[in-house]
Amino acid sequence: MSEAQTVELAAVTKRYGDALAVDAISLKIPAGKYCCLLGPSGCGKSSTLRMIAGHEDVTDGDIMIGPRVVNDDPPAARGTAMMFQNYALFPHLSVAENVAFSLRMKGVAKEERRERAAHTLELVSMTEFADRTPQQLSGGQQQRVALARALMTDPSVLLLDEPLSALDPFLRVRMRSELRRIQAELGITFIHVTHSQEEAMALADLVVVMNDGQAAPPREIYNAPRTPFVARFIGGHNILEDEGRTITLRADDLSILPDARAAEARRRARVSEIEYRGPDVRVGLETDAGESLTAVMGERTFFESPLREGSEVALGWQPEAAHELSRDG
Amino acid sequence: MTQAADTTAEVRPARTSARRRGAGRAGAVLAPYLQAAPMALVFLVFFVLPLAATIVVSFWQYTQYSIEPAFTAQNYGDVFYGCLADLPSLCTTFLTYLSTLKFCLIVWLTTLVIGFTIAYFLAFHVRTLKVQVICFLLCTIPFWTSIVIRMISWIPLLGRNGLVNQALMGMGVIDTPLEGLLYSDFAVILALTHLYTLFMVVPIFNSLMRIDLSLIEAARDSGASGAQTLRHVIVPLARPGILIGSIFVVTVVMGDFLTIGIMGGQQIASVGKVIQTQMQFLQFPLAAANAVILLAAVLAGVWALLKLVDIRKEL
Repeated sequence: MSEAQTVELAAVTKRYGDALAVDAISLKIPAGKYCCLLGPSGCGKSSTLRMIAGHEDVTDGDIMIGPRVVNDDPPAARGTAMMFQNYALFPHLSVAENVAFSLRMKGVAKEERRERAAHTLELVSMTEFADRTPQQLSGGQQQRVALARALMTDPSVLLLDEPLSALDPFLRVRMRSELRRIQAELGITFIHVTHSQEEAMALADLVVVMNDGQAAPPREIYNAPRTPFVARFIGGHNILEDEGRTITLRADDLSILPDARAAEARRRARVSEIEYRGPDVRVGLETDAGESLTAVMGERTFFESPLREGSEVALGWQPEAAHELSRDG
Repeated sequence: MTQAADTTAEVRPARTSARRRGAGRAGAVLAPYLQAAPMALVFLVFFVLPLAATIVVSFWQYTQYSIEPAFTAQNYGDVFYGCLADLPSLCTTFLTYLSTLKFCLIVWLTTLVIGFTIAYFLAFHVRTLKVQVICFLLCTIPFWTSIVIRMISWIPLLGRNGLVNQALMGMGVIDTPLEGLLYSDFAVILALTHLYTLFMVVPIFNSLMRIDLSLIEAARDSGASGAQTLRHVIVPLARPGILIGSIFVVTVVMGDFLTIGIMGGQQIASVGKVIQTQMQFLQFPLAAANAVILLAAVLAGVWALLKLVDIRKEL
């Protein structure tokens, strides 16, 4: 396998006619890391990935893979491989032929092709399906084949475009750990585009929230989002104005105070919604000032003194739980 | 008792609904046949019956002034008269078929290459549907007039003192006019290609439009060059379209007598021309026998084409 490479974007911009798809994004992804580009649809994350892959021209700025500027290189010369959102398997070729496609293009002899394809199929546990055609496979299996095909080019950077979005939730969780395992095994750089914060947090060493440009490990993104946009997009946060500052407060740090401590209340609110979620309960709250807040508490804690919709409650939080946001978005 | 009454009460509506469903099912079974009936009827009356009649007549006897419904294989013998005895030199029938086959192959090749190129351009380089439609209309221009007018319009262009010759002489490329432009194999192939390229363009375009563009990107990502992508991804996926277009062109050219007649200056033999001549001389059974043989040859060609493509698929 190739050595992992750093990927660096310097003020990379993409315009389609007058429409600005990617606005001067700068980013450095260290070699061998699992990086997730996270953002709502239409934020330019796919365009960014496609520019790194070489399937889209860069309007302005530079893309560096390792020590080289690759703006004008064709995809195969960049040392990247792409896994497409719809997998893009060749329908007229068998699984083994799909996987061996890049070798065939290089003119590798048939015997060696088969052998190396079989080896890669083993890595994604698809050996027994080698002679099937893509139409005979389930979505999850097609994805494994697509992954195997991408890995065959011996890339130093693997690019994944919403790889899990077409799978059902159960399979998605399984493929997630599989991707993580394969990344650890190969040690190459993975860049994974997704709109699901859950996916990003579960997988990534480095999460990049697009539109805003905050790039940080998942824990940092979750505990110290830089802007209201990031806090809102990542979910599980309350954004409120407090003593002239905009702060964010994790939903599980917002506590509903027992009557004995009502004097410490920082807000008073009415329960507008109760959602039972198994391990925890989400309580929707409406403050007197009209703010919508969410508190999440453990299932057992909630049922020690259950609430009802419409109850009036006192809210409080530890001062160190509040995180100040920079004011933009 | 009450229990029994209850069960009947329950059963009765079930039974009526079953009956209703039964009637519905009979209708549902009939409906598709009824929908197919008009076309089937047209086919039967105007295609299957005449074909059957042709086959039957091909076994009848004839004289100079009459046709007699008596069974004989003589007509088929006449078509191939002397063909075995003359070997290794070829008899007229074999030569005619060979000539027709030659046109068929060349025109198939030219229409395939030109048709595929046009379809590729339309499918992958023309971005908007509107422009695609306009380009398609341009391709259909040859079909806006009758076949005879289309043929005749080549004459002022290709003739001895036609535009092409005058232009070439004006440029000083040649001193004397080229003779082979009109009433020649070249003219026949040109006209047939001009007429039938659209039959290739449409089905191939249709196949190409179904190709997911991400497949082409995936090929590029795997290091395929443009030519490799064409050979290993696009052509294999366009195969159904190529096959349908080929069948159109091969069958049409094999039976052609008008184009070969006009553009060949009535000097080039073709199977269709032979049949037409025999009909003019009222040798209907002989013409029918020839037609049946032509039909068999064309069907064999189509069958071979299907085989060829299937074998390709295996490689």
